[in-house]
Amino acid sequence: MNPFSSGTRLRDMIRAIRACKTAAEERGVVRKECAAIRAAVSENDQEYRHRNLAKLMFIHMLGYPTHFGQMECLKLIASAGFPEKRIGYLGLMLLLDERQEVLMLVTNSLKQDLNHTNQYIVGLALCALGNICSAEMARDLAPEVERLLQFRDPNIRKKAALCSVRIIKKVPDLAENFTNPAASLLKEKHHGVLITGLQLCTDLCKASEEALEYFRKKCTEGVVKVLKDIANSPYAPEYDISGIPDPFLHIRLLRFLRILGQGDADASDCMNDILAQVATKTESNKNAGNAILYECVETIMSIEDNSGLRVLAINILGRFLSNRDNNIRYVALNMLMKAITVDTQAVQRHRVTILECVKDSDASIRKRALELVFLLVNDSNVKPLTKELIEYLEVSDQEFKGDLTAKICSIVEKFSTDKIWYIDQMLKVLSEAGNFVKDEVWHGLIVVISNASNLHGYTVRSLCKAVQTSGEQESLVRVAVWCIGEYAEMLVNNTGMLDVEEPITVTESDAVDVIEIAIKRHTLDLTTRAMCLSALLKLSSRFPACSQRIKDIIIQYKGSLVLELQQRSIEFNSIIEKHQNIRSLLVERMPVLDEATYNGRRAGSLPATTSASNGAALNLPNGVAKPAAVPLVDLLDLSSDVVPAPSPSGGDFLQDLLGVDLSPASSQSGTIQAQKNGTDVLLDLLSIGTPPAQSTSSTSDILSSIQDNKTSSGMLERLSSPSGLSAQASSPAGGSPIMDLLDGFAPNLATQEDNGPAYPSLVAFESSSLKLMFNFSKSPGNPQATTIQATFTNKSTNIFTDFIFQAAVPKFLQLHLDPASSNTLPASGNGSITQDLRVTNSQHGKKSLVMRIRISYKVNSKDVLEEGQINNFPRGL
Amino acid sequence: IHFVLLISRQGKVRLTKWYSPYSQKERAKVIRELSGLILTRGPKLCNFVEWRGLKVVYKRYASLYFCMCINQGDNELEVLEIIHHFVEILDRYFGSVCELDLIFNFHKAYYILDELLIAGELQESSKKTVARLIAAQDSLVEAAKEQASSISNMIAQAAK
Repeated sequence: MNPFSSGTRLRDMIRAIRACKTAAEERGVVRKECAAIRAAVSENDQEYRHRNLAKLMFIHMLGYPTHFGQMECLKLIASAGFPEKRIGYLGLMLLLDERQEVLMLVTNSLKQDLNHTNQYIVGLALCALGNICSAEMARDLAPEVERLLQFRDPNIRKKAALCSVRIIKKVPDLAENFTNPAASLLKEKHHGVLITGLQLCTDLCKASEEALEYFRKKCTEGVVKVLKDIANSPYAPEYDISGIPDPFLHIRLLRFLRILGQGDADASDCMNDILAQVATKTESNKNAGNAILYECVETIMSIEDNSGLRVLAINILGRFLSNRDNNIRYVALNMLMKAITVDTQAVQRHRVTILECVKDSDASIRKRALELVFLLVNDSNVKPLTKELIEYLEVSDQEFKGDLTAKICSIVEKFSTDKIWYIDQMLKVLSEAGNFVKDEVWHGLIVVISNASNLHGYTVRSLCKAVQTSGEQESLVRVAVWCIGEYAEMLVNNTGMLDVEEPITVTESDAVDVIEIAIKRHTLDLTTRAMCLSALLKLSSRFPACSQRIKDIIIQYKGSLVLELQQRSIEFNSIIEKHQNIRSLLVERMPVLDEATYNGRRAGSLPATTSASNGAALNLPNGVAKPAAVPLVDLLDLSSDVVPAPSPSGGDFLQDLLGVDLSPASSQSGTIQAQKNGTDVLLDLLSIGTPPAQSTSSTSDILSSIQDNKTSSGMLERLSSPSGLSAQASSPAGGSPIMDLLDGFAPNLATQEDNGPAYPSLVAFESSSLKLMFNFSKSPGNPQATTIQATFTNKSTNIFTDFIFQAAVPKFLQLHLDPASSNTLPASGNGSITQDLRVTNSQHGKKSLVMRIRISYKVNSKDVLEEGQINNFPRGL
Repeated sequence: IHFVLLISRQGKVRLTKWYSPYSQKERAKVIRELSGLILTRGPKLCNFVEWRGLKVVYKRYASLYFCMCINQGDNELEVLEIIHHFVEILDRYFGSVCELDLIFNFHKAYYILDELLIAGELQESSKKTVARLIAAQDSLVEAAKEQASSISNMIAQAAK
C-alpha cells in the first residue's frame, strides 16, 4: 500500500492550506497533496478518486497547474454511480476548456449519459455539454439534445433548451433543426422552460433569418399574451421579487419581442399595448422593476416607430437620469446613447443633467456621460459645452484627464467654426492638460496656426503668455517654441494686434528667455529640446542682437550625451559662426502647411502614392504640372512661397517639417519616399537664394535628381529642419558638395589620376567670367563608371574666393564629388581649380549623361552664383 | 454571461465559472485584472465596470465580490438581480451563508450555480425549484454512500 494513497480528507486539506501563513508554506502543502494525488492517479486508485478530484479542483482555484487530473475526470464520468459522475462532470467543466483535445474523449460518455434512465444523470450531462461543448461535440450530440427538448420532466427540457443555445452558437447551421421544438417550448407554463425557451428562440433568430420569420408569424401573439398574463398575474411567492412576478421572465419576453418587432411594423403594432402597459405600470422603486423598465425602453426604441411610446420611453430615461442610484444613472446614460439616433431633440433636453454626470465621482458614469456629451455636441451648442468641459478639465482627476482631453480636442476640431476660437480652445486645453494631448492634436494645431496668417501675432503672444504659467505642459511648450521660432518678430513688435487683445511688451531677450527656460526644464523630453534648438537658431537670425547669447545657449549642448542635441548644437553653432550669409535664408519662415494634406494624412485616406517611377520626374519641363512627388519638395523648399499641393508622401510629413521626428525608425513608407525625394530636397535646399530672375528655363527638370539616391533615408527629416544641412555629413554621400557648402573647401591636393582620356574634352560651361572644362576617363572593366575631371578657369580680372561647385544628376546616375583642389580661383586665367567627379551610369548604353551645375563664389566679397545644365556629354559615357 | 467570479476582499478566488473559452493563462490574467479593478472601487459607485469592451457587473456581499461579465448590450440591472438570486439560493441552502461555507463546500456552490446557469444563460427563476433539484441530487449521493458503506460492512463481515 502506498503510504500517500490514503491521503487526507478534503476538509483537512483545505484547513491545512488555510492555516498556511506564507505563500511558500502554501506551495509546500499543495506540492505534497499534488504528489499524493499523482501517486494515486498512477496507481489507478478507485476508492479515493472523487476525493482526489475535489482536492484538485480546490488546488486549481488557487491557481496551481492541475492538468494531470484531467483524465481522472473522464474516468469518473465513465463510472456508473451518480456521486462519481457528479464530481466528474464538475471537474470536467472546471479543469478543462473547450479547446482541449482531451474533451473529445468524453463525447461517448456524454452520449450514453444523455440517454440514461436516471434523469439527474441526464441533467448532469446536459449541463456539462451546455457549458463546455466544442463545435465537433455540438454536431455529434445535437440529435440527442433535440430529442431531450421533448423530455417529460420540465427540468430536463429547460436544460436541453440552454444546451441548444450553446450548440447553435457553436454551429449556426443547426438552427433549422431546433426551430420547431423551440417554438413549442413557448407554449409551456413552467417558468424555467419558458425562460430557457425564450432564450433559445432569441438565439435562433440571431442565427437564422428563416427562424426569425417563422417565429414572427407563429409566435408573436402568443408571446404578447404570455407577457400580458405575467404582467397581470397575482402575487406568486415562488417567482416574486420585490413585488414583481418573475422579472427574469418579463425581461426575456421583452427581449424576444424586441427581436420580433425590429423591422416589422405588424409585429410592432401587435405589442404596442402591452409595452405601454409595462412601461407605465411597472414599479420603479426597486432594482427588479427598473431592470424591466430598462429592457422595455430598449424594446420601444428598437421596434418600429410609435411616437407615443417613444415619448414614454424617453421620459423613463429622464427619470432614471435624475435617480440617486448610480446604477440607474449609468444605464440611463447607456440607453440615451442608443436613443440619440432615434430622437436627438429629446436627448438634448437632458443635456444639462448629462453634463453634470461628466463630473460624477464614479469613473464608469463619467465615461458614459462623456461619450454621450460627445454625441450631443452640434454646431449650436458646441461653444457652451466646450467651455464647460474645459472648465471641468481644470478640476478633474488625473486619470480622467486623458479621456477628457481627447474628447475635447476632437470636439474642438470637429466643430471649429472660426480659427481664433479653435486656437483659443486648444491653447486652454494645452495649458491645462498639455501632457495628455496626443501628438497629432498639437501637430494639427500647428497646421491651423500656420494657415491663419492674420492670427500669427495673436497666437504667438498668447502662447508666450501661456507658456510662462504652464511651462510644465509638454505639448504647450512645443507649440509655443515652434511658434516663437517662426513668428518671433510678431511677438516683439506686437504686429497684427486684435481688438480683444491686451498689448504686451516682450523684448527680444524675453523671447529668448522663454526658450531658454524651456530647454533647461529637465522634465521636458528630447523632442522638445531639439525643437528649442531649432527655434533658437531661427531667433538668432530674427534677433541679430541676441545672436551671441543664443550662440552661448546652443553651445552648451555641444557636449550633450544625446546625439541629436549634440549634433544640432554643433551644426547650428557652425551656421551662426561661419555662415552668416546663408543663415537668414536657411531659417526663413516655414511655408504655410497644407491643411487638406494634413487632414487627409491623418485620416489615412491619402494612399502613399508610389512616387513617379524613376525617370518620370526627370523629363518634365518646368512649368508643367509637377509630378506627384514634387510638392513635398516645394514644401520643404524654404524659399518657395507657393501653397503646396497635397503631398503624397507616406511619411509623417508634418513631423518632418517640424523636424521633430527623432526616431530613426520613422514610418516605412516615409523612408521609401525619403529615398526618392531626398535628392530633390537636397537640390531645392541648395536653390535657396536663387534670384528669381535666374530662371532655370527651358531645362528639363533635373531638379528632381541629384546625387545618388542612396542619400540616407533619414535625410528628408534632417533636411527639413535646419540641422539637416550638415546632418548630411553623416550620410553616405559624405564629401558631397553640401558638406563643402558648409565647411568651405578644405584645401585638398588630391592627386589626380588620369586613365587616359578616351573621350574628347568638353567645355561644359562658359560664362563671361568663368570657364569649366570636363575631361573624361574610364577605368577599364567598369564601363558604367566615368571619372570627370573638372577644370575651372577664371576669365575675369578679379580673384574668386569661396569657390564652390555643385552638381546634380538624374536618378539613374550616381555622382560622387571629390574635394576640389582649392577654393580660390586666381584672376585672368592665372591658375585653375580642379575637381574630380565620379559618375556611375546605371543605364549605361541607353541613356547618356546629363548634369546640372551651380557655381558660387565671391568677387570682392560679393556673392555670385552661376548655374547651368550640361547635356552635350559625349555619347557612351 | 461570459464568466462568473467570486473573489474575496483579499483577492482570493472562491469560485470561477467560464462560459466563453479562455485559456488557463488568460483566466489567471482576467482574474488579476478584475480583482485589481473591482476591489479598489469605492462603496458608493455603480456596480458596473467597463472592461476590454465588455462589462463586469459586480456586487459585494459581506467579504465576497460576486462578479459576472456580460456583453455591452446586455441588461446590467438584470444581472444584478441574477447575482442576488444566486446569493439567496446559496443562503437558503447553507442557512445564512458565509465565506467559509463556500470555501469548504465549494463543490456545492458549483452545483447550485449549475442549476441556475447553463451556457451563461439563466435556466431557473424559482429558488424553490433549484433548492428541490439540489436536494434530490444530494439525497442520491447520500443513498449511494450508505449503500457503499453497507456493502463494505457486509464485505468486512464476510471476511471475518
